[in-house]
Amino acid sequence: MSSESKFGEYGGQYVPEALMPAIEELTDAYERYVLNNEDGFVDEFRERLADFGGRPTPLQRADRLSERYDREVYLKREDLVHGGAHKLNNALGQVLLAKYMGKERIIAETGAGQHGTATAMAAAHLDIDCEIYMGRTDINRQRPNVFRMRIHDAEVNPVTAGSGTLKEAINATMRDWATNVEDTHYVIGSVVGPHPFPKMVRDFQSVISEEAREQIREKAGRLPDSVVACAGGGSNTMGAFHEFVGDEDVDLLAVEAGGSGLTIDEEAGLAPHSASLSAGEEGVLHGARTKLLQNPDGQILESHSVSAGLDYSGVGPELAHLVDEGRVRPVNVGDDAALEAFHRLSKLEGIIPALESSHALAYLERAALGDADDDLGEVVVVNVSGRGDKDLDTVIEESDSRDIDAAPSMEVFQSE
Amino acid sequence: MSESDLEAAFADGPALVSYVVAGDPDVESTKEHVRALVRGGADVVELGLPFSEPIAEGPTIQRAVRRALDAGMTPERYLDLVADLREDVDVPLVCMTYFNPIYQYGAGEARSASDASGETASEGPEPFVAAAAEAGISGFIVPDLPVDESGPLKEACEAHGLDLVFMVAPTTTDDRLDRMLSRASGFVYVQGRLGTTGARSDVSDRTHGSLGRLDRTDLPKAVGFGISERDHAREIVAGGADGVIVGSAFVDIVADGRDAADRLEAKARELKAGALDGASEVPEPERT
Ligand SMILES: Cc1ncc(COP(=O)(O)O)c(C=O)c1O
Repeated sequence: MSSESKFGEYGGQYVPEALMPAIEELTDAYERYVLNNEDGFVDEFRERLADFGGRPTPLQRADRLSERYDREVYLKREDLVHGGAHKLNNALGQVLLAKYMGKERIIAETGAGQHGTATAMAAAHLDIDCEIYMGRTDINRQRPNVFRMRIHDAEVNPVTAGSGTLKEAINATMRDWATNVEDTHYVIGSVVGPHPFPKMVRDFQSVISEEAREQIREKAGRLPDSVVACAGGGSNTMGAFHEFVGDEDVDLLAVEAGGSGLTIDEEAGLAPHSASLSAGEEGVLHGARTKLLQNPDGQILESHSVSAGLDYSGVGPELAHLVDEGRVRPVNVGDDAALEAFHRLSKLEGIIPALESSHALAYLERAALGDADDDLGEVVVVNVSGRGDKDLDTVIEESDSRDIDAAPSMEVFQSE
Repeated sequence: MSESDLEAAFADGPALVSYVVAGDPDVESTKEHVRALVRGGADVVELGLPFSEPIAEGPTIQRAVRRALDAGMTPERYLDLVADLREDVDVPLVCMTYFNPIYQYGAGEARSASDASGETASEGPEPFVAAAAEAGISGFIVPDLPVDESGPLKEACEAHGLDLVFMVAPTTTDDRLDRMLSRASGFVYVQGRLGTTGARSDVSDRTHGSLGRLDRTDLPKAVGFGISERDHAREIVAGGADGVIVGSAFVDIVADGRDAADRLEAKARELKAGALDGASEVPEPERT
């Protein structure tokens, strides 16, 4: 089992012993239900994804972006999944699996709040108790999602340690799991954590590339030259890439949050970015060996991104492996470029993208028109991992303070 | 096979294994604190090498780890601290930490060398284990390293004559227990309850079940997680444990700060007395 738990040297199961029996039980359940469709699990999952989740999502040709970049740009519309992000694909799969396993309670961590919302939604749909851990900073910048979780009757537990973001929320959820492991399933929110999570979450998310591969053949008559997706933990990324990994001619680009620059402030223990694929070193965090933002002593650095969902010091082990293999190319764009891209898509295509997804869109701009001089090819698929309604507070504040050119002015609407 | 330092620490009756975080609130205080614990009767001292993501710890130790990191604790300073303590402390010192700091030690150098040679950077845990052995560490406890991932660290520990202590949880299956016991040395850390570290006001029922399942090993068995009072120590040793492990109750005293050394010594004395009481309650034939 332990060899399958790894992607090259990445992955594994680095967790406290108290959790190991649960992880073995989960591995067994993953193999039986998800891989072998025991008791029709996969059929039920697919049906619920369609009827409750609203799948398949469209692959839409973006006319004005195509014109702007002088190539065919297609958007995979994960923003149209129920709840507004790809996160439901995984949350629904895991909550359903928890039911099949006879668990009575689920817990989850959340950064942007999208995973928490999706989990709370799936838990309400499938009638199981749900508690969510969320960092203080993230609660402040993603308030609409906090309220959405509460609407679905989930408990939301604020986490104040460290910088109060995703890393701390994962620590807190692991501690809860270690306490309540016998009746509780931890619905981890990305392709991170101990085996089998990275594989299982990837499998639940790979419906994105499964659909996109079919759809692009229909619409463009061929496979794309490149697929572009943002990477925080990497679940929308692996989801968008998985079915294309075998297509050697398709470039796979993982766009990380370059934050305000790729340097590291070791004194402060802080990276002003969250580009662990581009700038991280191999290490062990949250149950897996992967690429991490850390100092030379092995202490994990606090990351930063304007987008809460990308603000994480680690990344999924499979992505780290695919990067080492040269199959996935890690690139990054900064906070300002992401904000510009947020406004650009809203204006040109009538779609408000999540700030996370805006990173992928910002790279498109840079590659086609900017300094990157990167040939994305004639046919490009960009994964719009989620919609940006949750980010409006952040965007109003940040667009003002940073003088983002594309931002509309709200001055005349100021109350007197 | 000769008895290890850690096994020997359990040879003369029930042992008190104490834990503090190295560098909390500063290196000089930790030295005083360790000496005080030993004066109070501690038979083994676990010195925490702080890691920024202590997922097995409750709030008390999380805060202590933060204080130590903020005060500048590093693996190098940790090893110096151990070497200094070794000059006048003769109970075994155990390094309690998470895998990443062990794994990273020396990896920086390996990386710059490998950037030049193009080979893989990872050195594994060997450099840190070698340095720890040199400084005077007797063994390791690494809560995020279950037996299945422990191969490289176990090998390094064996090469340098150190013990690798495994934790048995209330949820551990018999199958896993067998795998663990085939690799364990020093003592077995019996996690008395589910959850994280932290002082509690009672002894969990699950402790007794866990101890019962450990009859099959000759290694000493020490129970930790939640022990903070004389009576807990008594009950656990009376229940068949060879020792008690106490962390948060000591770290609370360090956090409070007032007369820490004296109060640590008194607390250690109280807990050790409890363990001795417990031993006197154990019927003769069951004692080894
Ligand atoms: C819309 C959206 N996209 C992307 C992410 C980043 O996560 P991942 O990299 O796992 O897809 C998040 C995380 O919350 C998100 O909400």
